[in-house]
Amino acid sequence: MDKETTSLLRVESLSIPLPAGLDRTYAVENISYELNAGEILCVVGESGSGKSMTANAIMGLLPSYLKPSGGRIVFRGRDLLAMSEPELERERGRSVAMIFQEPLSALNPLMKVGEQVAEVMLVHGEGDAAARERRVLELLDFVGLPDPASLRHAYPFRLSGGQRQRVMIAMALALEPAMLIADEPTTALDVTTQAQILELIRRIQAAKGMGVMFITHDFGVVADIADRVVVMERGLVVEQGMAADVLNRPQHPYTRRLIAAVPHREDGADRTDAGGETLLEVKQLSKTYRSGGGLFSKARVVKAVDDVSFSLRRGETLGVVGESGSGKSTLGRCLLKLTDVDGGEIRFRGRDIVPLSPGAFRPMRRHVQMIFQDPFSSLNPRQTIGRILTDGPVANGVPLAEAQARARELLGLVGLEPSAFDRYPHEFSGGQRQRVGIARALALDPELLVADESVSALDVSVQAQVLELLQDLQRKLDLAIIFITHDLRVAAQICDRVAVMHRGAIVECGPPAQIFDAPRHAYTRQLIAAIPGLAWNPRQAVV
Amino acid sequence: MRPPFRSATAGNEPLKTLDFLFQRLIKAAFVVLGVVILNFLLIHLAPGDPAAVMAGEAGAGDEKFIAQLRAQFGLDQPLWWQLVTYLGNVLTGDLGFSYRNNVPVAELIMERLPATLLLTASAFLFSLLLGVVLGVLAAYKRGTLADSLIMTGALIFYATPLFWVALMAVLVFSIHLDWLPPFDMESIGADYTGWARFADIAYHLILPTVTLGLFFTALYTRLTRASMLEVMSLDFVKTARAKGVPKARIIRRHVLRNAVLPVFTFASIQAGQLVGGAVLTETVFAWPGIGRLMFDALLQRDYPVLLGVFLVTAAVVVTVNLVADLLYRIVDPRIEAAG
Repeated sequence: MDKETTSLLRVESLSIPLPAGLDRTYAVENISYELNAGEILCVVGESGSGKSMTANAIMGLLPSYLKPSGGRIVFRGRDLLAMSEPELERERGRSVAMIFQEPLSALNPLMKVGEQVAEVMLVHGEGDAAARERRVLELLDFVGLPDPASLRHAYPFRLSGGQRQRVMIAMALALEPAMLIADEPTTALDVTTQAQILELIRRIQAAKGMGVMFITHDFGVVADIADRVVVMERGLVVEQGMAADVLNRPQHPYTRRLIAAVPHREDGADRTDAGGETLLEVKQLSKTYRSGGGLFSKARVVKAVDDVSFSLRRGETLGVVGESGSGKSTLGRCLLKLTDVDGGEIRFRGRDIVPLSPGAFRPMRRHVQMIFQDPFSSLNPRQTIGRILTDGPVANGVPLAEAQARARELLGLVGLEPSAFDRYPHEFSGGQRQRVGIARALALDPELLVADESVSALDVSVQAQVLELLQDLQRKLDLAIIFITHDLRVAAQICDRVAVMHRGAIVECGPPAQIFDAPRHAYTRQLIAAIPGLAWNPRQAVV
Repeated sequence: MRPPFRSATAGNEPLKTLDFLFQRLIKAAFVVLGVVILNFLLIHLAPGDPAAVMAGEAGAGDEKFIAQLRAQFGLDQPLWWQLVTYLGNVLTGDLGFSYRNNVPVAELIMERLPATLLLTASAFLFSLLLGVVLGVLAAYKRGTLADSLIMTGALIFYATPLFWVALMAVLVFSIHLDWLPPFDMESIGADYTGWARFADIAYHLILPTVTLGLFFTALYTRLTRASMLEVMSLDFVKTARAKGVPKARIIRRHVLRNAVLPVFTFASIQAGQLVGGAVLTETVFAWPGIGRLMFDALLQRDYPVLLGVFLVTAAVVVTVNLVADLLYRIVDPRIEAAG
C-alpha cells in the first residue's frame, strides 16, 4: 500500500518565509510530518518554534503577509495549499476542525453559545433548524456540559473557561470532522479542568476515530495523550517518533534539553534544614470582596482569603498553590499591603503590619518585594533598565551614584550584561525581562520576596533557568520567598513547604514529600491526580 | 459528575437594572440642577443689564424707568434670592416670563423644541447610519480604492468647519442648482396639511440635516472602520473562519455587532454636541428651533429664555444619555451582569 491511503494528513517539505527584517528567514522551513487517522499526534515546541504557524497553514488561516513558499499539505489526497478560498471554506468545520488556546476570547461574546455551535451546521447546509437544535443539545451533552437546554441560551461570559473550551469542542465536533487540530487547548485552564479536557479529547478521539493534531509546549500533556510526537525548534522539525521513545529516549540535544527543563520533584531533595529565624507570621488573615448591589439587588460577596495562618523563616520557600479564584494572588497582595484586609495579623519581623497606616508602612516596603507574572506589562516601556532598577532605591534615600553602582552589580547577579543598564525593556526577551523584574525586586535588599506566578509566562527552558536563578539568589541572600503558582510541578521542585489553597482557605500545608506522597485533604488529592504526565519521570529520561 | 449550570449573578439582572435606573435618575437630577445653578450664576456674572437694554430700545434712558423695570422683573433683589426664587419656580414647572416676547418661557420653548428635535434626530440618524455603513464598507474593502475614497471624503468633512459647509451647501444646492430650499422649515403661505405638509417639511429638512450631519458622519465612518478592523483581528473571528463561515457572513454576524459597540458609546456622547451644533445650523438655515431662540435671547439679554433653553437642552442631553445607557445594556449582555 502506498502512504496516500493510510495517512490522513501529510505535511511535505513545507516552508513559510517570514517578512524581511525579522530574526530568521523562515517561520517554518522544509518541515515534514504526517498524521494518521485514529491517532493523537503531539507537536511540541517553545514559543516561536513555528508549531502554531503550521496548524494555521493547514487550516488556511495564515495572515495575508505569510504565504507558504514551498511544499504541500496533503489532506485525504488533496493539496490544501492549492485550494481556493471557497473550497477551503467547505473543508473547514466539515472535515477539519480547530480549537484554540484562549477559550475566553475564542467565542463571540455577543452570540449565544448554542447559536455558535449551530452555525457550523448552518453554514455547511446541514439539516433544518429543528434538526440543528437537536444536534446542539446532543453535542453540549456529549462534551459534558451541564443542563444543555438552558446553557445553549447563555452568552459565553456566563461560562467558566473550562465550559467555554467544551463549547469550542462541541462546535468542532458538530460535523464529525476527520481531523481535529487543537492549538494549546488546555494551556489557559486550571490543572483539574485541563485533566478533564484532555480526558474528553481522548474519549472523543477513541469514539470517533479522528486524527488529532495536538499542539502543546507541555511535555506532561504529551506524556498523557500522545501516540506520536513531533518536536519543533525555531521552525525546524528536530525529532519525531513514537511518544514512549521521544519521552524516554530523546535523541536530539534540543529535545533532551527541553525534557531536562520540565519541572519535577527532585527525589530526596526535601530540605529539612532550610530556614533560620521566623521572618513572617500570618494569623487568621481574612479578605472579603464585595461587588454590585444596591437598593433592590443583593451584593456579591466573595471570601478571597479566609482565615489563613502560616509562618515563614528566613531562607525558606513557601509554595502557595491553587487554581484560579482560590485566593492565592489576593493573599500575595495582602502581604504587600497592596489591598486592605478585613481581619487577622501579618507579623513581619515580629511587628503586625496590618494596623499600620500607608505612611507608617512605607519605610518597611523595601523589605517586602514582589516579582510579577507578566514580564511584558510589569516593566515601564519608557524607562531604561537602569532607571527601573534605581527608582526604588533613590525613592528610599539612596544616593543616585550608589544606586546605579548597585544596579550594575544586580544585573550581573541575575545574569544580564552590564550594557543592559542603558537599554529599554522591549530590547529583551521574556526571560531576560523576568530577570530584570527580579533585579528590580532585589534592588531594595528585601528580606521577603513574593513571586506571583513569576515563571508561568515563560517557556519551559527559560522557566528552568529563572527557577535556578531564584534558588541561587535565595542561598546567597538568605531570602524568604513566597512562591505563588498554579503549577504543582514547579512548587514541588523548588519549595521547602507547600500550602494548598482552595476557595480562600489553606486546606493543607507541609513539605512536598507529605503533600505529594501522602496528601490528606481530598482537594489536594484531586489536584495531584490532575498533574499532567504524573506517571512519567523526566529525570529518568535524560541520564 | 457535572455541576448544575448556574452562574454567580444569574437571576439577579432585572433587580440590577432597577438599581441602575434608580441610581442614574438621581444622578441625572443632580446634573440638571447643577447645570441650572451654574448657568444662572454665569449669566449674572456676564456684563450687560437687561433692564438698561430694554429701556434703551424703548427710547427711555432715565434712571427711574430702569429701576421700575428692574423691580418688575425682580432684578433688584439680591442674586441668591433671585436664584432661590428661580429654582422654586422651576420645580413647579414655571420657567419664568420672557422679558422681550411677553410670553411664558415654557410656552416659547415648547413651540420651538419640536423643530430642533426633528432636525437633530434626523441629523443623528443620518450620520450614524451613513457613518456605520461607510465605515463597514471601508473596513471590508480595506486597502482598495473604495476604502481610500471613503476615508478621504471622511477626512475632508471631518476637517471642514460646519458653518462653511452650510454656506457652501446653500450656495450650490439652493442658489446655483435651485434643487433645495435655502431656509425655513416650511414653504411660507402654502398652508399644506397632512402628507403634503410632511413632504414639504422633509424637503426643507434635507439641507440642514445633511449639513449638520456630515461632520458626524465623517467621525462615525472613521470610528467604525477602526473598530471593525480591530474586531476582525480578534480570536473569535478566527474561530468563525475555522468553522468555515464565509467572509460576508463573518462580517455581518460576528464582526459588526461587536464593532458598533464603541461607535454606539461615542454616539450617545455626541448626541449632546449635536444639539449644540444645531444653534449654528438653525441660524444659517433660519430654522425655527431653540437654537435660534437662544441666539436671539443672547443678543437681547433675555435671561429667563436663555436659562430655560439651557435647562431644556441639559435635560434632553441627560435623557438621551440615560436612554443610551439602558439600550447599551440590551445590546451588550455583559454589561447587565457586571452592574
